[in-house]
Order: sequence, then structure tokens, then C-alpha cells
Amino acid sequence: MKIHEYQGKELFRKHNIPVPDGSVAFSVDEAKGIAKKLGGFPVVVKAQIHAGGRGKGGGVKLANSMEEVKKYADEILGMNLITHQTGPEGRIVKKLLVEQGIDIKKELYLSIIPDRETAKIVIIASEAGGMDIEAVADETPEKIIKAYINPMLGIQAYHSREIAFGLNLPPALMKQFFGMLKNLYNLFVDYDCSLVEINPLVITGDDKIIAADAKVDIDGNGLFRHKDIISYRDLDEEDPLEVEASKFNLNYINLDGNIGNIVNGAGLAMATMDIIKAAGAEPANFMDVGGGATAEMVENAFRIIIQDEKVKGILINIFGGILRCDVFAKGVVQAAEKTGINIPVVVRMEGTNVDEGRKILSESGLNLDTAVDLKDAADKVAKLVA
Amino acid sequence: MSIYINKDTKLLVQGITGKEGMFHTQQCVTYGTNVVAGVTPGKEGQEMDGIPVYNTVKKAAQETGADASMIFVPPPFAADAIMEAADAGIKIITCITEGVPILDMMKVKNYIENKDVRLIGPNCPGIITPGECKIGIMPGPMHKPGGPIGVVSRSGTLTYEVVHQLTEQGIGQTTCIGIGGDPVNGTNFIDVLSEFQNDADTTGIVMVGEIGGNAEEEAAAFIKEKVTKPVVGFIAGLTAPPGRRMGHAGAIVSGSSGSGQGKIEAMKSNGIHVCENLGELGVLCAKVFN
Repeated sequence: MKIHEYQGKELFRKHNIPVPDGSVAFSVDEAKGIAKKLGGFPVVVKAQIHAGGRGKGGGVKLANSMEEVKKYADEILGMNLITHQTGPEGRIVKKLLVEQGIDIKKELYLSIIPDRETAKIVIIASEAGGMDIEAVADETPEKIIKAYINPMLGIQAYHSREIAFGLNLPPALMKQFFGMLKNLYNLFVDYDCSLVEINPLVITGDDKIIAADAKVDIDGNGLFRHKDIISYRDLDEEDPLEVEASKFNLNYINLDGNIGNIVNGAGLAMATMDIIKAAGAEPANFMDVGGGATAEMVENAFRIIIQDEKVKGILINIFGGILRCDVFAKGVVQAAEKTGINIPVVVRMEGTNVDEGRKILSESGLNLDTAVDLKDAADKVAKLVA
Repeated sequence: MSIYINKDTKLLVQGITGKEGMFHTQQCVTYGTNVVAGVTPGKEGQEMDGIPVYNTVKKAAQETGADASMIFVPPPFAADAIMEAADAGIKIITCITEGVPILDMMKVKNYIENKDVRLIGPNCPGIITPGECKIGIMPGPMHKPGGPIGVVSRSGTLTYEVVHQLTEQGIGQTTCIGIGGDPVNGTNFIDVLSEFQNDADTTGIVMVGEIGGNAEEEAAAFIKEKVTKPVVGFIAGLTAPPGRRMGHAGAIVSGSSGSGQGKIEAMKSNGIHVCENLGELGVLCAKVFN
């Protein structure tokens, strides 16, 4: 689960990681009220969306007066912010973070992520802060330092020293940095994070270490332990059809193509998308109904996919295991009867109770095209778009 | 022969009295797996279809001689269940549970690192040695016993598809194993590949990967160096958009890393026969393996 910068900074405050004073605003008046309370300029006005690159896209402004706060808040609220992470369609800005400007002496980079290969928690840091870290890693890999931590043991003092000396921190800042890093590590673990990133981590003119940004992603599988932050989920940042699908435990991602597809199992669903592409068409979605799908789930999957106006045809690919083909076929028939499908549907089924499943489909009187195997299904899909 | 499990394997099931655990235990028994015990804390003394239920893995293992475990407990308790099994001396632990937090799995992986334990999964369909022993949720009948091909995959139903196509071509399997779709799992491709390489009855291998991470790239390099048997490879997710998690927690392309195209190139350059259209996998295997 992604959360906003202002929410990340709320978590930072709770864990004693210094952040600039500031608060979230949903209107220009609120933004002005916050700026007034901060009591001094400059003030930073930052768009709050779930994507990076906001500064370059014009979503972050430095205001030197109340007039400028009003002007920038007015400009940014409601704008369609386009960054390299939002894609060309952009994202409408609905909230702002208004916070105290800080006197920046040096910008650092700091993040913590799980490393899948070593099963260790890795701290990544760089003196080249404030920049695109992927570019730093590509062009000047020697500027990236890493410390690997066994999650059974947790962060040790030497890990912090490795990072601090690697960053060439002045001795006077060491103690402050160690405390901050330990708190950040604890936050990562306490909240089942899949990413905590501060870019930039700022050393101020008066030698304070302050997190000027906060990117926190939470492992969705760990959310059951964190009821307190479930309210951080922002449905405005998600595709409405994906939100709808998640209510029925359907794994759905909306894509740009015109061939909808319903598959059981994530791997087979990805492979089915690839087959659609190989047949000369484009998948309109990823839809995994899961191994234990019920007839109702199948019906909902159908309903969601045909709500997508781009969809000109549907390929159903089911390998019956736990989900039996007859159960699946009943779901398809139910869905077709209720929703009145008026686009072509190709069905390919295999596995447990496949003969009963095929019988149910053929006797339903529905206009379904049955494919004998995957190759046949791909050919039939190609014909749909030809 | 086979890898990891065979007709002598004695299985216990953690979470045997739950809905899923019960159903799939029955399926495994029907297939011929020797299920000797179940574990559900608080239900010792009960039986499930004549299989004795115990409170702890330790006691179940001591009294029945179980050497393998199949885990069906819900995600919040999965890491605990794996560590309990490892501590009780279980050698082959298969965790079916989907949705285990990555932090839990990192701890488990570090915990079992120096133990004589093979963890398969989590978030996987399990492992089957056709005709001898099935530990997991895969449909049994579509497998063809007797070998000579080993199958290893990160997916569930995609593995069934692959096995189905092999069987349709008359190609049997030694052992089929789903290592799971999570970013941190117990067994990786290289573990399984080296077992298949050492198994005299396995003469060829099908490896099914997907986008995300670099396990396939590492496996491809390993194959070039250490595997003399022919390998057919497939990668799912070529059309997946970067930055989106495609169902499996591990299936995400980040930056230039983890892309399907990169994996296919790594496979090709290391001498693996890459199948680029899933519909033709069986035919390609028949060509390569015969």
C-alpha cells in the first residue's frame, strides 16, 4: 500500500525522525491557515499524489509570501500533475502539504528496502541526494553505499557507522544521525514497510538532520498488524474498477488494450496476457480470480470487465484445479444471463471436471466460442480483433 | 527416482482441521500420499478421516515419524508454523499459504539457513512426484508418472498448464515443484536445478519463470555452468506494465530490473530452449527432449 508524503511524515514524527513543521491542506484557505501558523517564509507547497517526480512536473513550489502561498496553492490544487511515474494521463491533485522551508546545506539520499535475494533488510545511502537515485546507481555506482541487516538481529551500531562514514558525515553530526537511522529502521520493521525512502535527507545550515521528503510503502500482506494505518489508503489514487474488484477479492489491473481476460492464477493470467499480445491484440486487463474462486466471484469479474468500455472481446482461460470447471462454467452462465453480454467471448477450459464444464456452457444457449487449447484460443482472439 | 519426496515420504499437515487443510489432505490421501498426522493446536486426540491430530509438530513427528509437512495455516501464523516444523526436525516443509508478510519470511529464511531443512513456498502449489507422493493443491491425475522430465515453476495454475501439455505429448515427470510467487521464498530455481541435475532419472528440465527479481537470470547462469541436461524455459508477464504488482507479490518490474525480455535474453544466451508462446510449449518440449 502506498501512502502520501504527509502521512509518511506523520509516521516519522511518531518515531522521532525530524521533519519540517507543516500539515496537510485540502483547500487554498487551509493552506493559508497553515502557512500563517508556521510563522515565517519561505513555505513549501507540495502536491500530494502517489507518484514521484512531483517537483519536475510543477507540483512543488517555494512561496516567499502569503500571496505566493495563495497563488501556488490555487495553481496546484486541482491541477493534472504529470510525472514520469504517473504516466501521460497524469493525476489530479486533491491535497497539499504546506510546510516550513528549510536552510539546505547538503542533500543526502537514504532508503530501507527488503532484499529478496539475501532475505536481509538493506539500508541504501548516498551523498548524491536530491537526485534520481536510479540514475546515480547507473552512472556513479561508487556513490551508493549499502548495509545488509539480518532481520533476526536488527540494526547494529556498526551498520550505522558503515553508513555514516560512507556518507562522509562530519563527526559532530554522527550521534544525531545514528539516532535518526535507528528510528527509521524501527519504523520500517514496526510497520511492515516494503520501502522507506528519504530523498533528500537534509543537513541544514545549523547542522540539523531533517527528512525533507518521506516515501513509505507498506507491505499489503502485513496490513493485518496495522489497523491504525488502514485509513491511510487513498481510494482517489486508485483506479475505480480496481477498487471495485478488490472488494470481491479479485486481483485486477486495468490496462490499455481491448481484449478483456479472466484467468485463475497469477502466473497463468500473465501468460494469457502475453498470448493475447502474441496473437496481435492488446490485453485490456490482468484479472486473476484466484484458485478458490466461487461462481459469484466469476460473475463479479465478468461484470467489472464489461464495465470497461475499451473491451471489445473477452478471453476466458481457466485451468481447473481447486476451482472446478463446472463451478466456473456456472459462474459464467450466471454472469452472462444477468449482465447480457453483447461482445464476443472465447472460453478455454481444462482440468478438473472439464467435460461437465463444457457441457454447461454448450447447453446454456449463450453465444460462447469454445477453444480446445491455448493455441486455438489465441487464434480465435486474433480473429476477434481482425 | 525423484527429488525431495517419494513413496516413503511420511507427511503431516499443519492446519489439518481447517476447510482448505481438510479438503487438500483428503485429495493427497486419495492420490496415494502417506499422511500420518495432523496438527491443530487445541485439537489433540481428535481424528480427521482416521488421521490422528496433535497439538504440536514436535509430538506429531515423534509419535508418527513424519518427515515432511504441508502447511495450510492462515498468513499471520504461517511463519510460526514453518519455524515450529523446522525446530521439530521436519526435513521437507511445504507452505501453501498465500499472503505471508515479507518481513516474516525474511526472518524464517534467516532462521532456517543453517538447518537441515528444505522449505518450499510459501504461496505455492506444492510438490508432486507423480504416482508416488503429492504434497500440495495441484490436480493429481493430469501428471504422468515415471519421468523423465523435472518441472520447476514460480506459479500455480501455469505449472498445471505446463504439466498438462507435457502429459498430452506423452512426456512423463519425475518431480514437479512450484517454488511460489513471493519475493522471499524457501527454495529457489538453483536449489531445484541442482537436484534435478543430480537425479539420475531426470533427463530434462522445464523451468517456468515470471517477471520480477533476478532469480531467472541467476538460474540461467547456473544452468550454463552446472547443468548438462537440456532445459526448456518459459517466462510469463512480458506484457505487464512496469511498477505494477501482477497478482504475485514478487511479480513486479522495477526500473530496468525484473523485465521479462531481460530474462528471456539471459535464458537464450545461456543455452536454454526458450518457449515464447505458451500454446506451443508441449510441442517444443517433445522436440527438445526426444
